[in-house]
Amino acid sequence: MIYYVGAFLLIAIGLYAIIIKKNLIKILIGLDLIASGTNLLIVSIGYVKGGTAPIFSKGNILAKMMVDPVPQALTLTAIVIGASELALAAAFVVILYRHYGTLDIKKIRSLRW
Amino acid sequence: MIRKITYGIFLGIIVLSLVLFFVAFPFGKNKMAVGKYYLKNDIKQTGAANVVTAVTLDYRGFDTLGEVTVLFAAAAGVAILFYVLEEDKKKRERQVYPNFIVRVGSRIIFPFILLFGSYIFIHGHLTPGGGFQGGSIIASGFLLLYLAYPGERVNRNKLSIVEGLAGITFAGLGLWGLFTQGNSFLFNFLPKGQLNMIFSAGILPIIYIAIGFKVASEFAGIVDDMMCEAVCSGGEK
Repeated sequence: MIYYVGAFLLIAIGLYAIIIKKNLIKILIGLDLIASGTNLLIVSIGYVKGGTAPIFSKGNILAKMMVDPVPQALTLTAIVIGASELALAAAFVVILYRHYGTLDIKKIRSLRW
Repeated sequence: MIRKITYGIFLGIIVLSLVLFFVAFPFGKNKMAVGKYYLKNDIKQTGAANVVTAVTLDYRGFDTLGEVTVLFAAAAGVAILFYVLEEDKKKRERQVYPNFIVRVGSRIIFPFILLFGSYIFIHGHLTPGGGFQGGSIIASGFLLLYLAYPGERVNRNKLSIVEGLAGITFAGLGLWGLFTQGNSFLFNFLPKGQLNMIFSAGILPIIYIAIGFKVASEFAGIVDDMMCEAVCSGGEK
């Protein structure tokens, strides 16, 4: 249950950073927090009470003791994708700073609405 | 005003979906049918001890190929964004020399980081590891070298060759399985072997090694682009 609470809190903090903060770097951190919260949420869906990791490392570990492997497999790829997308977003921030000379989204003309 | 209304609708949708989700999936209770199927048939169908690896590379191997493509697209995007500005880049000479301990310590530690990353992706079908994690560890080793020696750069052509060979290995194994054996992409045509041995699970370890090399070279390329953006002088090349 604590995993659900933690995932919800991470997503809430990320949303706060995206909506309230004006600095682009802080908005990126908020996006990454939302990604982490979503990953934690997806992994904790697959948890089964008292289950072990889905690896047949010894003979006495049976399939019915294990947690669900599908959310873990999805999260495994999502983490790497999230890292590379964050790098791409950081590159965009560098370009924006080069062009406008500021990171404040209030002052960047094309991001104001 | 319209911005606040939009934010309100956006937040409402997210909170509503989260609440519906928490009601529909109580913690620690049920398991999806597809997960049960994978757990039951894993040893017989793939021979990999790690079920997560079996799901990632065997049952949903085509998704992983697409996902590696997304990774490549992101790395290429970073390279393109920083390349366009190379021509009108201002002359900046900013050489930072880290101290002696960082320089020597990174030289000592770097081979062990490579060894650890290789161990992680070679044993991806036996232990909780795999190509993505091992590749990220190796790329972090490159990041350490860049922080210790800001003036040096890796050879981007060699990185590109490694990355291309790894991608060709992944796709070629899938096509080989499609055209010669069986009738499905990424068909597991090698013998399954004995459970929990290093030569088991058919083509899964080979694919994970290829993914490890690919992820490592792509992340090293991203690190190289970003470090060059911070350190490189404009007159180079």
